Amino acid sequence: MTSSPHLLLVAPLLLPLGTLVACLLTRASHRACAALSLLGAIGLMLVGLMLVVHAGRGDILVSQMGGWAAPYGITLVVDRLSAAMVAITGVIATATVLYAQARDSDPARGRDFHLLTHGLLVGVCGAFITGDVFNLYVWFEVLLVGSFALIALGGDKRRMAGTVVYVILNLIATLLFLLAAGLVYGSAGTLNMAELAALFAAGNVPPGVQAPLVLMLLAFSIKAALFPVFGWLPASYHVAWTPVSALFAGLLTKVGVYALIRLVTLLWPDAGLVHDVLLWVACATMLIGVLGAAAQTEVRRILSFHIVSQVGYMVLGLALATPLALAGAVFYLIHHIVVKANLFFIGGIAARMTGSERLPAMGGLYARAPWLALMFAIPALSLAGIPPLSGFWAKFVLVRAGLETGAWIAVGIALLTGIFTLLSMSKIWNEAFLKAHPQGADGHRKITGQAPAWWAAAGLAAITVAIGLGAGPVMDFATAAADQLASPRHYIDAVLGSGGR
Amino acid sequence: MEIVAAVTAGLLASIGVWLLLDRNLVRVVLGIVLLGNSINMAVLTAGRLDNRAAAFVSANGVPEFAGNPLPQALVLTAIVIGFSLFVFALAVLRRTWERHRSTATDRVTEVAEAPAPNLDEKTS
Repeated sequence: MTSSPHLLLVAPLLLPLGTLVACLLTRASHRACAALSLLGAIGLMLVGLMLVVHAGRGDILVSQMGGWAAPYGITLVVDRLSAAMVAITGVIATATVLYAQARDSDPARGRDFHLLTHGLLVGVCGAFITGDVFNLYVWFEVLLVGSFALIALGGDKRRMAGTVVYVILNLIATLLFLLAAGLVYGSAGTLNMAELAALFAAGNVPPGVQAPLVLMLLAFSIKAALFPVFGWLPASYHVAWTPVSALFAGLLTKVGVYALIRLVTLLWPDAGLVHDVLLWVACATMLIGVLGAAAQTEVRRILSFHIVSQVGYMVLGLALATPLALAGAVFYLIHHIVVKANLFFIGGIAARMTGSERLPAMGGLYARAPWLALMFAIPALSLAGIPPLSGFWAKFVLVRAGLETGAWIAVGIALLTGIFTLLSMSKIWNEAFLKAHPQGADGHRKITGQAPAWWAAAGLAAITVAIGLGAGPVMDFATAAADQLASPRHYIDAVLGSGGR
Repeated sequence: MEIVAAVTAGLLASIGVWLLLDRNLVRVVLGIVLLGNSINMAVLTAGRLDNRAAAFVSANGVPEFAGNPLPQALVLTAIVIGFSLFVFALAVLRRTWERHRSTATDRVTEVAEAPAPNLDEKTS
């Protein structure tokens, strides 16, 4: 193993933190604050890409914080999955910060947005690269505090109602996680993920550790919005400011999915009871989410339910537990974050142009803004899984993995969910784009200064097309990441050194 | 000693859950605080409470019955985080009261479920 680039490993934490401080200092000048924020987000994207290059060589990068050796100190670990997640976080951060530069009626809202977004990014990146269970809890709290303030931003009546739901249910989830972390320590005597994995791999599972671990999986499931604990998501995401809900839609539930993937692949690398339960949960999540979307008539509420349904696909890949299925899950994560954030962006632009996000009150966008229609069609068709866009490859791999393991019901539900997703997307298409505006041609609003928002949406659409057309290299990376996940031995050796404790 | 702490944590947790199930948002927030503190206590207890000497390492070596410092460090972190989140929750509660003139959970969540308002220049 070669030596790890320690500075590069802490960069995903230091960069957003530094940007946060810089934005705080330049708070008086809106332009400076926004420019610094954009610079910081681009920097995070570059750091993420550098991590992908380093991790892509096959080594697991490890850095022991403060020089304390593995089970005693806090370890930062970056394998291919973590690196990819940090990179995609940087991409979404850049797009969101860019979108937020579009002219808005309330400058104060935009300024606070930049501060809080970078605070949130510290937590998200920390959760992706930590190798310690309690440290993961702390990063969850960091991102939670940021997300609380972001969702309340603006704070009108409707938004506060959604904030209350979001705050209370997420607090309960993190409390469960804290309890689980404490009890895991009480029975296993360690909080280091690699050492836990080593105990499980050696077959001496500490007595009483299973129950808190299941509690931890429950806490992650609430974060990831899995059935039956997804209720908080469609009850709150649609009230936030558009860039905020796009950022949340792209990143936050995926932190929960990442934590699930990390914990389950480390502790239970072979298919077992956990995977059976997750398989049923995944099937229910896919189906209930998409059916919930069918009942909605507002753009962001439809999309919120689709987040739930799409998370089901990723957990399906985890539950099938073959290297191919894991590769599908990793590919799905990468593809979904880009597509989902973009759909929220385009929904926001469409709402600004038509004056509402209720589908009956929208319309006429295809005639008025054909480019927006094209930009909507790309992520929408990708979400539904139409070739050659990125969603097709993600679903294709998962379905193939499902057929190989004989999970017929799960494959059937996955395909059915795809059809329903297409129906939902065509509902938005018909209502918002094809149909005439109910108030005629006068219904459209003249808005200016929206160029940054268009660039952000176009950039993400271009990435979606690129992932679709160049699926080979991305899938190779996902497959290599899945191989790392499937054999936790490498992770354990990299963190603890080959001798262990 | 552990059994007393464990029972206390359980008792606090049950009161916390009872408050959480209330229809009044003030009691829900208080329930979260109680639940959080009971969980802090559970985490502390999970580190065992038998050894009570302060865990200071001096030139004479480690005290024979040094308490376990790790859960103390964990709980200290959790208390700080929990306190700040409590303060934030109170701020949300106050703002919600100002906007809604109600702390009934049903009345408040009903507003989030209502159809989206049309965008005027102020709320885009």
